[in-house]
Amino acid sequence: MCLKGGHVIDPAAKVNEIANVYIDNGRILAVGRSPRGFKADETHDVRGLVVAPGFIELSAHLREPGFEHKGTIVSECRAAAAGGFTTVCCTPDTLPVIDNASVVEHIKQRAGRARAARVQCLGALTRGLEGQVLAEMRALKESGCVAVTNADNAIADTSVLRQALAYAASCELTVFLRPLDYWLSIEGKMHEGAVSTRLGIPALPEAEEVIAVSRDLTLIEETGVRAHFCRLSSRRSIALIARARRAGLQITADVALANLLYTDKDIGSYDPNFHVYPPLRESKHRTGLRAGVRKRDISAICGNHEPHDADAKATPFSLSAPGMATFDTFLPAILALVERGVFDLNTALAAITQAPSEILDLGCGSLSPGLPADICIFDANFEWTASAENLLSVGKNTTFLGQSLRGKAMMTLVDGRIVYRHDGK
Amino acid sequence: MTTTGLLRDGRPGVFKKMRANHQLDEHGRLKHFLSIEGLPRDLLVDILDSAERFAPVGERAVKNVPLLRGKTVVNLFFEPSTRTRTTFELAAKRLSADIMNLNIEASATSKGESLSDTLRTLEAMHCDMFVVRHQNSGAAEFIARQVAPHISVINAGDGRHAHPTQAMLDMLTIRRAKQQFEGLIVAIVGDIAHSRVARSEIQALNTLGVEEVRVVGPKTLIPSQIEALGTRVFHQIEPGIKGADVVIMLRLQQERMQSSLLPSAQEYFQAYGLTERRLKLAASDAVVMHPGPINRGVEIDSAVADGPQSVILRQVTHGIAVRMAVMSMAIGTQVIAGAN
Repeated sequence: MCLKGGHVIDPAAKVNEIANVYIDNGRILAVGRSPRGFKADETHDVRGLVVAPGFIELSAHLREPGFEHKGTIVSECRAAAAGGFTTVCCTPDTLPVIDNASVVEHIKQRAGRARAARVQCLGALTRGLEGQVLAEMRALKESGCVAVTNADNAIADTSVLRQALAYAASCELTVFLRPLDYWLSIEGKMHEGAVSTRLGIPALPEAEEVIAVSRDLTLIEETGVRAHFCRLSSRRSIALIARARRAGLQITADVALANLLYTDKDIGSYDPNFHVYPPLRESKHRTGLRAGVRKRDISAICGNHEPHDADAKATPFSLSAPGMATFDTFLPAILALVERGVFDLNTALAAITQAPSEILDLGCGSLSPGLPADICIFDANFEWTASAENLLSVGKNTTFLGQSLRGKAMMTLVDGRIVYRHDGK
Repeated sequence: MTTTGLLRDGRPGVFKKMRANHQLDEHGRLKHFLSIEGLPRDLLVDILDSAERFAPVGERAVKNVPLLRGKTVVNLFFEPSTRTRTTFELAAKRLSADIMNLNIEASATSKGESLSDTLRTLEAMHCDMFVVRHQNSGAAEFIARQVAPHISVINAGDGRHAHPTQAMLDMLTIRRAKQQFEGLIVAIVGDIAHSRVARSEIQALNTLGVEEVRVVGPKTLIPSQIEALGTRVFHQIEPGIKGADVVIMLRLQQERMQSSLLPSAQEYFQAYGLTERRLKLAASDAVVMHPGPINRGVEIDSAVADGPQSVILRQVTHGIAVRMAVMSMAIGTQVIAGAN
């Protein structure tokens, strides 16, 4: 296959130019000049479009098994492909939890049937995500889990956390840590500050995260585990992580899209679509997170895709289920941040392609010859209006519903196979 | 080649903000009464003036007026309450409305019915107004967004967020005692963090233009950045009530008396209880208020609660007039328009 005349942006390979991309046997053959003797079986004219490595989502709640009324592997993987994602990492908070190999098998099998974005599994760190008994991490690794995590479930007992990290280290597994102090995070529903006080909503102090980052950094250093911090929300967390990185600790971090876009003020008068974890904090935190992305102390951006059924959000704020569905609208939101000068397009694309691949050692996230042809071809200026009908995710819980957006994936390839194609309307 | 120029200017949508005051109709009249926040001063004064006109009704032999005849009001209480529910019921009856009490806690939700379904069912009965109390902040706002356009929603207390009719009856009590709001120093003492009354009072007092609103309590009971609502924070009661024209004591809930917030009721009384000796620090003609029910010997000494400066029982009386005013303004707009 040949993708002809597109603007290729591949941060990992430092390519940013108009070039043809040649694909053979599901892999990238070349970018630029046609390899000698290569005859493309099909050619796509992609002039005026950006050709980038397919996006990689580090936190995808695919809802299956267990919560199929919120989304299925098929529906969400198709929404992912329509959003330009070629790999999504499934969080372990399914029912049953991904704490044994059979659940991994089930998910992989369903994902294969979707013929859309590729699914990687994040296994549980503790059995049932209950924070008491270690999950069978070796078995999870053998079944193909790319990392282990306790997801959004804080581990109350620090000695369990310490042992879990030590055990993961001996399994040579990467641990995804969402730093949370169990006790400080029990009651709250939004960031503690002037807005939570005005609205009278039980609040989450910044300390719930910052304390846990300090604790986790100490334990990472002690156990030598390879760790990645997920969805940081406080500027003080970024400062701690930047300092630890300068001191030589091999850690990485990501931030969720919502925390880059919004602040607690956006909750306004109790809009449940802004009910997310980690909570939207004050603008000084958002400023710190954005700077963290620019300085690459936060190397990755995740959508933290959490689809919900309508009933889960049709309720007062505190009773609503937290989370936003992000697959369908991720790209236009990222492009809006680029246009606002929050970061440049190259940094943004690196944070959703190269960085996640490196964090998980996935061997993709680039258009270098030999790598799988996982590609997102998007029109940065395509205007469309998000509606319940055109969002492919089962979850319509997005802040963008009814809004006009700019930017859309036009074609998505996984292993050189077209898994999504926009009709151009 | 750089990436600049790849994106066209004027990206739409993503950062768009929407905010409108949901409580007012297109003519700026009260449609729902959910929170004091965002309501103009004139409207609050209208409520007080209207309440003044309704106050004599309760003193007459025939205690009702036909303003809301034929209208159906539903007391929709998701949280137990005696006084607030009773005063709303009395207010509705004095306006000649039909009133129905629904204790949802004990019925629908325990059967697993969702809030939206409960609302649909009640709408089908052709009700005109919901008076709502709910344990979650924002519930009244949520209900107001859900109901059919002809229905008005009155917030009778939602979580820690707002209790606007309580705040307005307190404003009526203050205006009657002090004639005006300008120049007043008002101290609110106690559990500000969990109090919807305090939040609504702070907003009402600031909108009506008092000199200073103080909040007094230990750090465990003062919420983060309360200054942003227009208050001055004190952690000691003596400087907190010094020179105050109005002292509002808040009820301390039983479950918070001995918790990680406070060591004991005794220690709380010693540190923050309003005694005759402490009250001498306030202005000599200061009035003492309390939304009730009172914990004698916890937040307030009996001698003060029953003393000459206490206006606590007047608050209760004013509650009926204020609720009549708000109810008639919210669904009476059509009635008034029709009469004219």
